[in-house]
Amino acid sequence: MATQRKTRSSELQNKISQGSNSFQTNLLAWKVKEKSGDSKSVLKESNSTEDPKHAEDQDEDDLQIAVGYFQKGPKKTSLSKNTMLEKHLKTVENVAWKNGLAPETIDILLNVALSGKFGNAISIRILKCMIPETLISEDSVVKAVSWLCVGKCSGNTKVLFYRWLVAMFDFIDHKKQINLLYGFFFASLQDDALCPHVCHLLYLLTKKENVKPFRVRKLLDLQVKMGLQPHLQALLSLYKTFAPTLISVSLPMRKKIYFNNSKNLWTSALVAVKLRNQRAFPEPPKLTLGPTKGCSLKRKWSSPSVIPALNSANKDCGEKTLSLSDYFSGSRSFPLEELQSFPHLLQNIHCLELPSQMSSVLNNSLLLHYINCVKDESILLRLYYWLSQALQEECIWYNMNNYEQEKEFVNLLDIVIRVQCFLQEGFYSCEAFLYKSLPLWDGFSCRSQFLQLLSWVPFSSFSEMKPLLFNHLAPLFLTSTIYFKCSLLQSLKELLQNWLLWLSMDAHVQPLTSSPLETTLGETMTSLVQLIEYVGWLSLTALRLESNNTLLLHFILDFFEKVCDIYVNYDLPLLVLFPPVIFHSALLSLDASILNQLCYIMYRYHNNLTAAKKNNVLKKAKSEFNLSSKICQEFNYYLTAMVRCLWMSKPFDKGMYVDPQSLENSGVTEYKYSLNLVQHPSLLSYAASFLLQESPEERTIDLTSIRGKKWNWYLDYLFSEGFQGLELFIKSSIRRCAGPQTQNKSTMSEH
Amino acid sequence: MEQFKLMERAAVGMAKCKLLIFSKSQSSREQREGKVLWTGWFCCVFGDSLLETASEDFTCLPLFLANGAEANTSLIGGWFQKTFDCCFSPLAISAFNLSWMAAMWTACEMDHYTATTEFFWSVPCSPQSLDISYAIHPEDAKALWDSVHKTPGEITQEEVDLFMDCLYSHFHRHFKIHLSATRLVRVSTSVASAHTDGKIKILCHKYLIGVLAYMTELAIFQIE
Repeated sequence: MATQRKTRSSELQNKISQGSNSFQTNLLAWKVKEKSGDSKSVLKESNSTEDPKHAEDQDEDDLQIAVGYFQKGPKKTSLSKNTMLEKHLKTVENVAWKNGLAPETIDILLNVALSGKFGNAISIRILKCMIPETLISEDSVVKAVSWLCVGKCSGNTKVLFYRWLVAMFDFIDHKKQINLLYGFFFASLQDDALCPHVCHLLYLLTKKENVKPFRVRKLLDLQVKMGLQPHLQALLSLYKTFAPTLISVSLPMRKKIYFNNSKNLWTSALVAVKLRNQRAFPEPPKLTLGPTKGCSLKRKWSSPSVIPALNSANKDCGEKTLSLSDYFSGSRSFPLEELQSFPHLLQNIHCLELPSQMSSVLNNSLLLHYINCVKDESILLRLYYWLSQALQEECIWYNMNNYEQEKEFVNLLDIVIRVQCFLQEGFYSCEAFLYKSLPLWDGFSCRSQFLQLLSWVPFSSFSEMKPLLFNHLAPLFLTSTIYFKCSLLQSLKELLQNWLLWLSMDAHVQPLTSSPLETTLGETMTSLVQLIEYVGWLSLTALRLESNNTLLLHFILDFFEKVCDIYVNYDLPLLVLFPPVIFHSALLSLDASILNQLCYIMYRYHNNLTAAKKNNVLKKAKSEFNLSSKICQEFNYYLTAMVRCLWMSKPFDKGMYVDPQSLENSGVTEYKYSLNLVQHPSLLSYAASFLLQESPEERTIDLTSIRGKKWNWYLDYLFSEGFQGLELFIKSSIRRCAGPQTQNKSTMSEH
Repeated sequence: MEQFKLMERAAVGMAKCKLLIFSKSQSSREQREGKVLWTGWFCCVFGDSLLETASEDFTCLPLFLANGAEANTSLIGGWFQKTFDCCFSPLAISAFNLSWMAAMWTACEMDHYTATTEFFWSVPCSPQSLDISYAIHPEDAKALWDSVHKTPGEITQEEVDLFMDCLYSHFHRHFKIHLSATRLVRVSTSVASAHTDGKIKILCHKYLIGVLAYMTELAIFQIE
C-alpha cells in the first residue's frame, strides 16, 4: 500500500510538474503527503486537542488531498473508493461553504465535474458547492464550457452548470473570452431544458455587437414555437434596446421580473462572497465633506478642452456674403483660422478682429503677439475675467472629489504659465487665484505649476503680499522636504528676477519718481529689500532645520548670486547683503563648489559696492541712494573673515582675541591653519591630489610643504580645476605685495 | 410651483430677460401653441446694493435660472459663452447657507402649510453613502423657531445656530447620531426647497421675491 501510494504520488508530482497550468503546481506539488490510513486517523485525533489554527491548516491539507484525489480520477478499485470519495467530497463541501474555494481549486473541480469522470450524482454535488473565495478565473469557465461540447455530462448537470454560471456571473474576473463563446451559448437555446437558463446567461452577457439579425430571427422563431415565454421576451427586449430597428414586434415594456430566481441554491453563499470581496479590496472611502461643485460646466457644455477653440467673431452670422463695398473699403475682417505664420499676421494686422471668446488666444502665439501690440484694455479685462473664473472652477483642490481632473488642470496651468512667459508679464487673475487657493493647497498637487505661477506674480508692495502669500507659504516651506524647499527658493529667485526686470525697464522709462505702482522709487526699493530679507530669513531657518545641507546651501547661494548683482545688472539703487549665518555656513561647508560660489558672490558684491561708491561720488545729487556705512561695515567684516580664514591662516581672530601664548600652551596651535586654502576641509582632496601630481610615489603627504612658491603653483592648480570664483575673488580682494608673507587685502571704506 | 436649476453669471449690458424655447411639433394638436420645452431667466433681485463694480448705464443680472432639459441648458449656455464671452458656473449652496435658508423660510408666516419641513443629510461612508432624511411637521418647526427667535425684524446667526442645534440634539437623543458631523444637502419647507447642487423649488408665490433676493446675494458672492 505504501509503495503504491508512493508511486502514485510521484506520478502525480510528475504530472503536475509537466502540467501547463502554472497555478496548479504551487498548491499541490508539495502538499500531497504520503499518509497511510492509520496515520491519518492518528493525526485526526491528535488534532482535536490543538488550537484552531492547526485545525484550519488541517482543513487545508485535507482539501488539497481531496482535490488531488478528484483530479487523479476514479480508480478501478473496490468498495473503499466510496468511503474515500464521500470523505473527500464532504471535505470539499465544508471548505466551500465555510470559506469558499480558491480559483485554482475551482478550475480543477469544474473540470472534474463536467467531464463526468465520477458519475452524475457526484458531478452535481460538486457543482452545488462551487462557491468561490473571491474570484473565478475566466479560463476555468472556458475550459468547463469546452467539456459541454464533448457531451460527457448529463442534461441535469448541464442545467445545473448554467444555473451556476448565472449565479456566479459577477465573480468571473474577465468576460471577454466568455463573450466570444456567445455563438455557442446561443446555439444551446435549442434545448428546451436549457433554454430558460441560457436565456438568462445571454441576458447578462449580451453586448451591442452580439445583436445580429439572424439571432433575432431565431429568437422570434423560438417564440412562435414555444409561445410567449418570459425569458425569451427578456432577451428580445434587451436586443431591442441595443438595436431597435431590428425588432418590430411590440414587447411589453413594463415587465421587470423575467427570470425565476434560480440563484436560490447559492444566495447565502453569494452574500458571504460579496462580503469577502469587499474586505479583500476595500474601496477607498469617498469622503465628501464640504461643497462639491461637480464637473465644471465649461467642460460639460462645450468642448473636451477647457480653453475654447478659435472662432472668428462673425462666424455665426449666417452666410457671409461679401458685398463689393466691403471689398473696396477693405473693412472685411480676416478669418482668424487662416492665420498661419508671422508674415501672414503682419500683412493682415489692420483687419484682424479678435475672436468672440477671448480665451481662445491662449493657444495661439500669433494672436498673443497681436494682443501685445494692440492697446485695448478690454482685451486684457476679458482675458483676466475668463481666467479667474476658469482657474476657480477647475482648481482641483477646491473640490474634494476632483482629483481625476488633475491632468486637465495641470494642462491649463501649463498653458497659462507659458503665455505669461511669452508675454513677459504676470496676470492679475493668476495672482488672485494664488491668494485664494494657497491656504487650501496641500503642497503636493500641481506643485511645479503652482511654484511657477508664484514666480510670475506681478510686482506689488511686499507688506501687502506677505499676509496673503508668504504667511501661508512659510509653514509649508518649513515643514516640507528639502526638495520642496529648494524648489520654492528657486521660484522665489525667479520672482525676484521678474520684478527686477520689470522695475528696471520702468525705471529707465520714467526715472526716479514714478514706478509701475505709482509709488516712489524708495517705496519700490523697500519692497524689494523686504522680499530679499524675507528670503534670507527663510533660508537661515531652513539651514538650521536641515543642518547646513549642501543642496539647500547651493540654492540659497543661487538666490544671493542674483541679489549681489542688482546694482550693476539692473541699474537699480539696491544693495543687500546676505545674513551672517549663511556666510558662515558657506565658509565652513564641506563642499568645494559652495566655497567657490561664495567667493564669486563676494567678488560680485565687491564690484557692486565699488560701482555704487563711484556713482555716489560722481552723481551725488541725482541718486536717492546713499551707500550706507552699515553695509560697508558688514561687507568688510565678511571680507576680512574670509581672507583671514583662507589666506592668512588666522581664522576667527576678530572679536575673539585669544592670546597666542595661551594658545600654544594649550597645544591648539593647529587650528590656526586648519581653514586656509590648503587645509580647508573641502579643499583637502585638492591639496592632496596636487601634491600627488608632483610626486606620485610618495606615501605620505605633507600639507605644510605648500608655501611660498608652491603656494602659487597650488593656486594655479586650483584655478585650472575650475575654481573661477576663487580666482576672481583673490584677484580682486587680495593684493599681493612682493615678499611671501606680506599680503594685504583691500577693504571697502565709505566716504 | 416651478423647479429651477440655478446658475450664476455676470454679463454686462443685458436687460432683464426671459428666454423660452418652444417645440416645433409635427402633430396638428400642438401646432396652435407650441409646447414650452425650456425656460431660462436672467434676473437680479435687490442686488444693486451689493454690486459695487457695475456702472450707471449697465444692468447687472448675476443670477440665471433654468427650467428644462439639461441638454437645452447646455446648448443655450454654450451659445451665450461663445457669443458674449461670458462664464456660466453652477451655484453651489453650502450647508451653512442651506441652514440659513431653513431658518428664514421656517420663520415665514404662512396661512396654510402645503408641505412638511424636511432636511436631508449625506453621510460619507463606504461602500455607499448614507442618506438621512428628517421630516418635521411645519407647525412644529414654526413653533420651535418662534421660541428661538428673539430679535424682532431680523435673523441673527446665533438664532440660526440654536435652531439647528435643537434639531440636531433631538435627533441625537433618539438615534445617537451627530448630524452636525454630516453634510446638509437639502432643505425643504413650504416656502421653497433647495439642494446643494443649486436646484431650487419655489412653492409659495408670496415669498418668491425673498427667495430670489437671497439667491442673488449668493450669486454675487460667488462671482466676486
